[in-house]
This record gives sequence, C-alpha cells and structure tokens, in this order.
Amino acid sequence: MTNTIGCIEKADVILVTGSNTTENHPVLSSFVKRAVKSRGARLIAVDPRRVKIARHAHMHLRQNLGTDVAWINGMMNVIIAEDLYDKAFVESRTEKFEELKKLVIKYTPDYVEAIAGIPAQQLIDAARMYAGAGVASIVYCMGITQHSHGTDNVKSLANLSMLCGNLGMEGGGVNPLRGQNNVQGACDMGGLPNVYPAYQPVSDLAIAKKFEEAWGVSGLPTKVGLQVTEMVPKAHEGEIKALYIIGENPLVSDPDLNHAEESIAKLEFLVVQDIFMTETAKMAHVVLPSKCFAEKDGTFSNTERRVQRVRTAVPPPAEAWDDWKIICEIGSRMGLPMAYENSEAIFEELRKVTPSYAGITYARIDQEGLHWPCPNEEHPGTPVLHKEQFTRGKGLFHAIEYTPPAELTDDRYPMYLTTGRLLYQYHTGTMTMKSEGLNDRAPECFVEIAPVDAARLGLDDGARVKVASRRGGIKAVVQISSKARPGTVFIPFHYAQAAANRLTHAALDPISGIPEFKVCAVKLEKAA
Amino acid sequence: MADENRLVINGNELRFEPGETILEVARRNDIDIPTLCYLKGATPTGACRVCVVEVEGARTLVASCATPAAKGMVVHTESPKVVEARKMIIQLLLSSGNHNCAVRGSDGVDWTAFQLKVQAEDSSEELCPVWGDCRLQDLAYRYQVSGDAFEGTPTPYPMETVNPFIVRDFSRCILCGRCVQACNEVQVNNAINFGYRGSPTKIVAAEDKPLRDSDCVFCGECVQACPVGALVEKNVRYQVRPWETEKVRTTCTYCGVGCQLELHVKDGKVVNVTGAEGAPPNYGSLCVKGRFGYDFIHSEERLTKPLIKEDGRFREATWEEALDRVAGRLSEIKDQSGPDSIGVFTSARITNEENYIANKFTRAVLKTNNIDHCARL
Repeated sequence: MTNTIGCIEKADVILVTGSNTTENHPVLSSFVKRAVKSRGARLIAVDPRRVKIARHAHMHLRQNLGTDVAWINGMMNVIIAEDLYDKAFVESRTEKFEELKKLVIKYTPDYVEAIAGIPAQQLIDAARMYAGAGVASIVYCMGITQHSHGTDNVKSLANLSMLCGNLGMEGGGVNPLRGQNNVQGACDMGGLPNVYPAYQPVSDLAIAKKFEEAWGVSGLPTKVGLQVTEMVPKAHEGEIKALYIIGENPLVSDPDLNHAEESIAKLEFLVVQDIFMTETAKMAHVVLPSKCFAEKDGTFSNTERRVQRVRTAVPPPAEAWDDWKIICEIGSRMGLPMAYENSEAIFEELRKVTPSYAGITYARIDQEGLHWPCPNEEHPGTPVLHKEQFTRGKGLFHAIEYTPPAELTDDRYPMYLTTGRLLYQYHTGTMTMKSEGLNDRAPECFVEIAPVDAARLGLDDGARVKVASRRGGIKAVVQISSKARPGTVFIPFHYAQAAANRLTHAALDPISGIPEFKVCAVKLEKAA
Repeated sequence: MADENRLVINGNELRFEPGETILEVARRNDIDIPTLCYLKGATPTGACRVCVVEVEGARTLVASCATPAAKGMVVHTESPKVVEARKMIIQLLLSSGNHNCAVRGSDGVDWTAFQLKVQAEDSSEELCPVWGDCRLQDLAYRYQVSGDAFEGTPTPYPMETVNPFIVRDFSRCILCGRCVQACNEVQVNNAINFGYRGSPTKIVAAEDKPLRDSDCVFCGECVQACPVGALVEKNVRYQVRPWETEKVRTTCTYCGVGCQLELHVKDGKVVNVTGAEGAPPNYGSLCVKGRFGYDFIHSEERLTKPLIKEDGRFREATWEEALDRVAGRLSEIKDQSGPDSIGVFTSARITNEENYIANKFTRAVLKTNNIDHCARL
C-alpha cells in the first residue's frame, strides 16, 4: 500500500475494485465501512460479483471479467473530457500525460459499455464522483492482479490516481491488499527471483559484490531466476530437477493443477518443509516439520509495510523446528556456515543489507510496528509513500490499450469462471480446516451461479453439478445467488477435494508472472 | 487565561478541547470515572448511567460520557450524590439476572436457591463464567453493594448455543449496548440491535434469529466488548479463567492486515485469542479466522518428526539423517545438473528473518536466483 490502513478512514471517496474486502480482509474492510458510515465518505465498488462491500457502496459497477483496463480508461476519458483532473499535480509531478490523453480519447463511455458491460451513465457518474473528491483512495486486490494483463490493470489504477492528484497524501493512494500475513515481507527479504532484500537487483554487479562481502562468499549468480509459475512447467520439461518448498501448497493453489501435479511428479528430488502433511508434502521425498507462528519469534511485514513482532507463545509439537534453523543446518552442511543465536541475530544481519529496514530494531517495534522505508534508527518510518516525489522522480503515465482475457467463452465452454476465497476458509485450508467451527460455516466447495443461469441449465440450489474447463473437471454443489454475475460462476479455491484450480488457466501476466485465476471458460452440467 | 477552555474536576483545573466530553477530559488526566456502556470510538449513548457525575449548578446528575465539557464547569466525580446513584444502578443490574458471583449477596436460603437455579440453567457447578473478569463485579466491589437489595428477576430469554463460536447468555445481559455499537459502529457488520423495546428488551440478530442465521460474521467484536458474561467464546466458557492464562502479544498469521493479537496461553496451549486493544493497525478488532481459527496450532495432524520416503512410504527419521539427506541430494543435483536446476519456494507464511535466510541459502549456497513464493497465487 502507498498509504496506511488508518488512512482509508480519511478519504472522501474510496474506490474498491477486485477486492472482496469483507471476506478476505475483514478488519481492513471495517475502516472502509466506517469511513462511509461515520464520516460520509462515498464508496464506489467495481466488481463483477455482488460482494458484500458493495452493499455499503453508493455505486456498484459490475464489469465483465477481465475488462478492467477498459473501464479505468473510460473513467479517465470522462475526467479529462470534463476537465476534472488535477492539472497542478499532472504538470508538476508526472510525465507522458499527452500520450495517456491521446489513448483514452477512444474510451468513451459508450465504447466502454460495449466492452465492459457497465452502463455509460454509471461510468460517467463514477468518474465524476472519484474526480470530485478532495482526496480519494483506491483499494484493490487479486481481482485486479490475477489476470493475463494484471500489470496493465495496476498501472491503469495508478494512472487514474495520478490523474486526480491522489498520491502522496493522507487518505489517498493506490492500495493493494496483500493476502498472506507476510507476503510483503517475503518480497522485501529477497524471496523473489530478480532481487535481493529491499528490491536490489540481482543483475547489478555492484549489488552482487555488496552481498558477496556481507556474506563472505564469491560468485553470486547475476542471472535473474525463475518465477514460481515458471519453475513448475520447467520441472515438467526436466530443466528443474529439485525443489525445496517451504510453507506452500502449490498442489492446491497453482493454476491448471493436473499439469502441475505431473510436473512435480517428474522431479528428481522434492523437499517440503511445513506444519502439516499438505497435498504437496505427500509428493515429497523428504518432509521437514516446522514451527507455526505461535511457536516462533521474528517479524512479519503487513500490507501497509508495517514491520511487526511475532512472539513465541507456546512450545512446538515434538521435533518441529524454526524454519530458519532448518535452512541454516542444510546450508551449513552444504558448505556455508550459517549459525545464528536467534531470530534477532538474523534481523540484525538483514538490516545491514536491507536499506529500507536499516533503522528498525526489535526494541523499536516492541510496542508498535514501524513502516518501511526506515533508513536509520532516528527515522520515524514512512507511513505514506511518494509524498514529495516518486521513487523514479516524476510519476510516469502508461498509455495502455485494453486487451481481452487469454481464454474466451465459446460454444463448448460457454460460461466464465472466476475464483477466490471465503471468509471462513483460508487459502488451501491447511490451517482453517482444522477448526470445526470454521468448517461448520464453510463445509464444502460450491459453485455460485446467478438465478437466471441456474434456471436455464435446470440446476436446483444444493444440486450437484459438474464443472469442466479445457484442462479438467470437478464436482460441487450448486449455490444459486444474486452475488453471481449472469454468465459467470464463482468457485472458492480452498477445497483440495474439488479444487477449482483443476479448471483454471495458467496463462501468465508477462511481467508479474501471475496466472489468470480470475478468468477462464467452463461448462456446467448436472452431475449424475 | 480567562478565555481558555478550562473546567474543574475534583478540584483540578483542566484544559479541554472543544467537543471533548467530561469523561474524555477526566480519563486523559487519569481521573477515573467508571463506565459500563461507554465504548471508545463509538457514539456515547449514556445508557448505563454508571458514569454519572455531579456538575455544580445542574439540576440532576449528568452522564459524563455524553456531556461535553464546558468553560467554567465544576465537576465532582465521586460526591455522595454520585456514589448513591451508582450504588443504586449497580444493585439494580446485579439483581436483574444470573449474576451468581460472590457479590450477588446472600441471605442463606435465597443464595442457595439462586445458585441452584443458575447452575441448572448453565449446566455447570461453578460460579459465573466470567467471575473475576467482569466490569459489573468490579463495580460491585468498588462500591460495596450486592444484588440482594432488590428482588431477582426471572431469566427472560433462553441461552443461544447453536453456533460454533459464541454463547449468548441473555440472563447475564445488562443491555448496555456495547455489543450493538461494536457491531454497528466499529465493525459495521450491522448484524445485531436492540429488539422488543420496553421491558422485555433483548439484543437481537435479524428478526430475533440465532446468530448463524443472521448477517453475523462471527468477528467476535461483541464478545470482546461485552463487560459482563452475556457474550463469551464457546471454547472458553467454564473452561478457562483469566488468572490461569498468560497473554502473549503477537501478529496474526492469516491475511496481510497484520492484526495485533493476544494469545491466551494455559498449560502450554493457546486457549483463547483476543485483539490487542489500542494498538494499530486493528485497535482490538479481529475477524473470525484471527479470533477463532487457532485450532490448527495444537492439531493432532501437525508434523512432528522429519519424514523420509522409501518405497513410496514415509518413515520417521532423525533430524541428522533428514538434513544429511537433503544436503546430500541437493549437492549431487547441483553438481550434476548445475545450480539452476534447483528451485526454492520460500513462503509468505514464515517470518522476515526466515525469508532472508531462504534468500541467502538460495543465492549463496545453491548459487541460483530460482527463488520465489506464492505472492502470485
């Protein structure tokens, strides 16, 4: 997030898109709802599904799946045509505005209606509402990123925010909601194929040299590595021969699971380090038991870049170890001594090579976390990014054309499928499915379908239905709901027994490598 | 100085900001005014009247939570009139439900009959489930009153136990409305409200349905807000007493919001979870997963020993053997097929320190940049 969670309550207008906020970030959603209820903020929800946050919204725009660039361009078309944009901000803090302006000319409300299915007047009203705000916040999640053109979607939202001068101020910003407790931290700490901690490029020789000195090694690789979604197919092709998987369950969470299973089965060696015998761990050659969050010390970095303490509350079961200790033991056996007294000793080392964390210490975050960047121990942290200038200097507008999703419906697969999470389950369910109470509330996989589609297909609520895509099929229970957009069904991806990812498409965004979980074509038929 | 915003509380001249209530000024200056219904951040309702204070020149006592501080006001927070009023309120509340703790008051026969009635309704032989952790009980001690000043009233509505998370015990509800505010003003889930206005008032969900059939999303904000034993976590009720537990502050392990939690630990087990009050980013709020989704920690299915697969089956191994096996096989594959034939999936679930170590291991030991995690999934 460019801004903080607390900042959301200071916005005049909040645009929530591609985020089922009340189910996936419930506590954060209450900041949005309070802004509307107590402060009179206006809320625009843009989502194909009638998600619960839309109940609190003044406008709900329901776009066709995968048409985000079109409606965002459309809003900018209206804002520029009606002269509602922030000229001073555009003038002083951005560049390439003319290119953007030229491109969005054709995205008139009528043109956008034909692509995105949003009535032209609704788009105009939403554009005026967003641009009319003193300060407006954009909140988005995987509904924006999990597309074959997800990076385009994100850049388009950044365009919209810059156009109205909403960056670098309290209550504004472009705010992605991160779905995992420490996905921010995993990225910050170099858990990515192209960067060291603090996003220092692996291909930069000076950076490599810095890390060689810090770690006392030589010959650090400078070639950018493979992304998760590349490693799995490369395992299929035989280029990747061994995987060491820590605390992940790709055999439920990956797209096109049938193919992913074949790929993993081809590995010469698979190590899985986890707290449970997951679907992925079952395929491993060696399984290493690790501690869960309640058994370990350390830090997590949340979606607003706040680095917070994790503390040991209970002893681990039997011989479960800290994840760091396991890795260090393997590293030491392979020739690099990696010995640390505790997690704080590791933190002390990492902050020396991670400029954005340099000023953070366990003592400083004992009571309250700090937002990175925090370059030195006197620095108060940075709740709001881009205040004076952007990281690159001026904010760059990207003129982006709409392109359709990678897989479209046809006669054989006439409906769209979109996937996501539920309030009562979490990701692949390895943790939440151990709670009777949570299972009681969300016991099994279902297919959410609009009443009109259910009637057309002769499906009753609670009936079993077969859903198939070009890649696989599952059976699940029909849940007729006005939440679903006609022509589109929704399936939660938590349930291994009826894994939605047997259906999903592994088409990747060319830059982020994120799969298009949010759009694929399926057919439905009554299950025998 | 004369035009400054000042008032006097218990003889102390204090500044106030326009709009501040008497209660807020007092609390900011460490003057304790007791409250039951007051919920920070929500609209003051003045419902319980426990926070009444005496303002010189005013005809009646005023609710300090709902009365704005005014220039020149002279306030007494524990005057005889105030104390008398509070005693009366507490006595009425104590006599109006199953408040079966030591302060219920006793003349022998009634006490026994009352205990037996409550214990039968609760199917428990213990005192009140929140005995020792109850704001009403605190006040009864503070003002040295008991519940036998007035005749007891029968339990108006049966207990609701049909959902997996929360027991709603209407016999102990004092209708302070904190739960209603927590639900409607803090979490804005709009699931519960006052129903049946008048004497049989009840906090209802939807049209007086069980929580599981209403808009309730089981965030438990109401449980954390309840000052008495009307709303209690099902797993905790009659199982855990606060003095048996130690609280450990940590960060939630589910989504990326990073809510601050208190893990309540008893005998080496997490037995309850509450939101850490007053701390960002969540200021005490949690969701159903954060508050109730902790069973996995002590699940029987946890992995407890390293496992090595042989002939398609896992067998237990020592750490020495497992680590040697992993290091050996990774070294072999690295030597035979090159560093880039190995990949590491680090994790968005583990700590920064551990991700840093995974990054160091991949790059400095394996000598590849094939490291990634599920940010994309």
